[in-house]
Amino acid sequence: MNFQLTKEQEFVRKMVREFAETEVEPIAAEIDKEHRFPVETVEKMAKYGLLGVPFPTEYGGAGGDHISYAITVEELSRKCASTGVICSAHTSLCCWPIFAWGTEEQKRKYLPDLLAGKTLGAFGLTEPNAGTDASGQQTRAEDKGDHWLLNGAKVFITNGGYADVFVVMAMTDKSKGNHGISSFIVEKGDEGFSIGKTEDKMGICASSTTELIFQNCKIPKDRLLGEVGQGFKVAMSTLDGGRIGIASQALGIAQGALDVTLDYMKARKQFGKSLSKFQALQFTVAELATEIEAARLLIYKAADMKDKHLAYGPAAAMAKLFAAETAMHVTTKCVQLHGGYGYTKDYPVERMMRDAKITEIYEGTSEVQKMVIAASVIGK
Amino acid sequence: MAFKVLVCAKQVPNTNEIKINPETGTLIRDGVESILNHDDANALEEALALKDKYDDVEVIVVSMGPPQAKDMLLECLAKGADEAILLSDRAVGGSDTWATSNAVTAAIKHYGEFDMIFAGRQAIDGDTAQVGPQIAEKLDLPQVTYVQKFEISEDRKTVTVQRQLEDGYEVIEVPVPCMLTAIKELNTPRYMSIGGIFDAKNKPLHVWSAADVAVDLNTVGLKASPTNVFRSFTPKPKEPGVKIEGDSETDLAKNLLIKLKGKHVI
Amino acid sequence: MAIKILKDKCIGCGICFKSCPADAFEFEAYDGNKLGKVAKINAKCTFCNQCLTACKFGAIEEEKIEVADDLDDYKHVWVYAEQRDGKLMNVALELIGEGYRLAKEISEDTQVCAVLVGDGIDHLAEECFAYGAEKVYMIQDPLLKNFTTDGYAKVLVDACYEYKPEIVIYGATHIGRDLAPRVAARMNTGLTADCTRLDVRVSSYIEYADKNTTLDTSTLDPNDPSTGIKQTRPAFGGNLMATIICPRTRPQMSTVRPGVMQKREKVEGATGEIVNVKPAITEADIRTKIVEIVKSAKELVSLTDADIICSGGRGLGDPSGFELIKEFADKVGGVVGSSRAAVDAGWIDHSHQVGQTGTTVKPKIYFACGISGAIQHLAGMQTSDIIVAINKDPDAPIFEVADYGIVGDLYKVIPEIIAEWDNAEALYDASTK
Repeated sequence: MNFQLTKEQEFVRKMVREFAETEVEPIAAEIDKEHRFPVETVEKMAKYGLLGVPFPTEYGGAGGDHISYAITVEELSRKCASTGVICSAHTSLCCWPIFAWGTEEQKRKYLPDLLAGKTLGAFGLTEPNAGTDASGQQTRAEDKGDHWLLNGAKVFITNGGYADVFVVMAMTDKSKGNHGISSFIVEKGDEGFSIGKTEDKMGICASSTTELIFQNCKIPKDRLLGEVGQGFKVAMSTLDGGRIGIASQALGIAQGALDVTLDYMKARKQFGKSLSKFQALQFTVAELATEIEAARLLIYKAADMKDKHLAYGPAAAMAKLFAAETAMHVTTKCVQLHGGYGYTKDYPVERMMRDAKITEIYEGTSEVQKMVIAASVIGK
Repeated sequence: MAFKVLVCAKQVPNTNEIKINPETGTLIRDGVESILNHDDANALEEALALKDKYDDVEVIVVSMGPPQAKDMLLECLAKGADEAILLSDRAVGGSDTWATSNAVTAAIKHYGEFDMIFAGRQAIDGDTAQVGPQIAEKLDLPQVTYVQKFEISEDRKTVTVQRQLEDGYEVIEVPVPCMLTAIKELNTPRYMSIGGIFDAKNKPLHVWSAADVAVDLNTVGLKASPTNVFRSFTPKPKEPGVKIEGDSETDLAKNLLIKLKGKHVI
Repeated sequence: MAIKILKDKCIGCGICFKSCPADAFEFEAYDGNKLGKVAKINAKCTFCNQCLTACKFGAIEEEKIEVADDLDDYKHVWVYAEQRDGKLMNVALELIGEGYRLAKEISEDTQVCAVLVGDGIDHLAEECFAYGAEKVYMIQDPLLKNFTTDGYAKVLVDACYEYKPEIVIYGATHIGRDLAPRVAARMNTGLTADCTRLDVRVSSYIEYADKNTTLDTSTLDPNDPSTGIKQTRPAFGGNLMATIICPRTRPQMSTVRPGVMQKREKVEGATGEIVNVKPAITEADIRTKIVEIVKSAKELVSLTDADIICSGGRGLGDPSGFELIKEFADKVGGVVGSSRAAVDAGWIDHSHQVGQTGTTVKPKIYFACGISGAIQHLAGMQTSDIIVAINKDPDAPIFEVADYGIVGDLYKVIPEIIAEWDNAEALYDASTK
């Protein structure tokens, strides 16, 4: 048991915090309002290694660990949840499955550019009729001898409009259910592959969420990721890790909301004293701070287990469930603590509350997390 | 033969965060973090930019301070410096700028040959701007302070810099080796990179004692310092002022002018 | 001076811990008192002497310094009278005024001397005399036409060795702060940067401290006959003031912030002795080459000379607010200043910035408009004769230093002040009837 961050992890927090305060925070409200994907921030994240944190240097990664990665997403999300999810989806949902499931050739081909941020990654699992029940995949991949032919569509794909590399699930043998799913690497510009409509969302408005459309999409044989029929495993293992990223995003949102609320409470005077001097409000703050810290510990524990190659799936699910609900609860309370001002776009808590909601939904809804947790607790 | 650029850096408390307790008149220093001094970050950045430009440039950061200053040096390494040196010894504690320059000069001489030195103009805890020039004096180097723009000649034997003045700037040519002190207008310091953070522990970070650098103990530390602190205190809060009252903006303006006129200042 | 803990007097209460800005106190075990511990000073001590008066039991003492006795050869107060382009800097005149005060504090026959370095600057001696200099050292050579560190340091060091001044003060300008450390280092003497107050007599230091500071002066003896200079300056970003002495070496040197000291009344036609010093300088002595001197094309702001400053801050809301501030300044014959927040926001050039990292100002009236009053800003303007704060937020810290505060919308208040400005006398007369 050791609850102290290493010197490197502390430095990662210091670095990303400074980066987020200088590069991310000043444009957070603007890109949210304009629904603009922050291309310039992604370039800067790439330059400083924020898009390849938990991967070895031999593939061009930063050589960091998953706690450092969690801290990275947390600190980015503290200022802007959209920027946080760009990093999380790229790292957890695209780079990681290629790193974990790819052949040496695939790793050499894709990882250096992805980890250096020269290319951006995305992940395609969800379909119009296959959300929480991922086994209902309707996208098909046919073995055409010298190539694969993909047909179908994916929805709600984070980074969709700006990604270069996509890890995509498709059914190769419908009769086998989950075991009939395979995963593939699709590149922007592949024949028959296009980006569909961009979603108009409630929150994380500066992130790109799109459809992926495959119409007789022809990809070479060597794009199969893992073996035929392993796709569900690839997807589930990827989502286990992704939950650490989204939990960190939720944690960052909650912490960011509390930070600005504390500033507000110290400055704002009512009945002749600062809000921060009212005991009832102090108690609320105490509860929120405790929830946030509990979420943080669950996340870092799951990340630590991942680094130690332990079975971290249920831990990641607990972290994501708790952090997401914490983010929603904390941001709602923070808007309340701001009173009328909190409901306006002059203060960032309004954006944070909208952003928090998605963390209870994507990469496994809270209900899915409970299924995962229950299965591990009760047994099959 | 590598082109060696030394950077003098200091770990300082972030004075922006320090506040005075109005009741006791003492400094509130709880949670005040230690940081790489601002101007020194500009000095380091210019050295690293030179390293980006030329493959054979090596950047060596030199500091003096307590053992905790290693953190600041690790940060410099994480930004891309190649090597770091910390002179840390109780014998150099309490040094004023003269004694500090003696100590740092000894460390630099112990390090050996170099081609250039960048330092920050001044540190935010003392704001003296003296140690850079005094090191230059002890090393018999030409100096340019308040450097806001830097260029190096093709043969890397001379540098051309802009030295900021209150009402403009001078363009100065100076031969290498030399001491340049950086101001914030010189550049925008980079962040650490995540890769750099994990690589920093693989780079040399020397901690040297006074004995290691063979400094004359009669020239360093509190007792050798020509200047000493006589007294120190917190500034006195002024008497409370007067709130100008008035029912309208016009009244407020008029009442203010009456007060000012009464003081014979307008 | 080092601090000593007298173990037999220390009761281990830890009150001294709170006085320390450097967190340098810790406990060590000790058998001689009830609590079984005494205070101990660790390596973090910056020797600031803040703790001297903190102990109620007399357990903290400063170690006395031995003062060398061959210091008496050094006499008179020198002012480095900085000139650029054959024109004296304003700070040179302020320092002649201050040097005069210091000289007379030392003794009646101590003189204030201006040192002029340059080429073709004979005409400047007259101005130095008019502002109080009793003697002028004139160091001229074509190689000294423009300031170079190497050239100026060499001739100044040579002159100091030859004439042995007791005190040398420089303006803390970009040139003074380049030159002084080099001269002090070569002479192995002390230098104190950016002073805002100088005293020679302990009695005048006590008087200053009692009036303007929180310092407990009870440990100081007003009849102390010593005349070593006491140099007071801000440290820790203006959060702490320190008084520095230079007891063992001569000359004692300080750089002094422009705009802080008082010029003397100008006496036209005043004269004094001019000593022409022949500098030993060759081209080889000067290793830097000035290629070009560029005067900033920017609007020249002379904040330090302004009698009235109208400053705007973040409360202006956007850059166009400075149009109103400019109009205000034009009306009252003032200069536009700004807070760091407004500069950082890119609303106005850094040359307008008042504060710890900008210019220190001491106008007769300082109008702070929409400036909250962060400590860094206060450090640069709180010695203004009169501070007027206009701010919407009644709790803004600026009101704590303001002599007159108006809580209101600056966009409504300032136009009214502009409109009524010329009626001030009539308003005042009417108000006294």
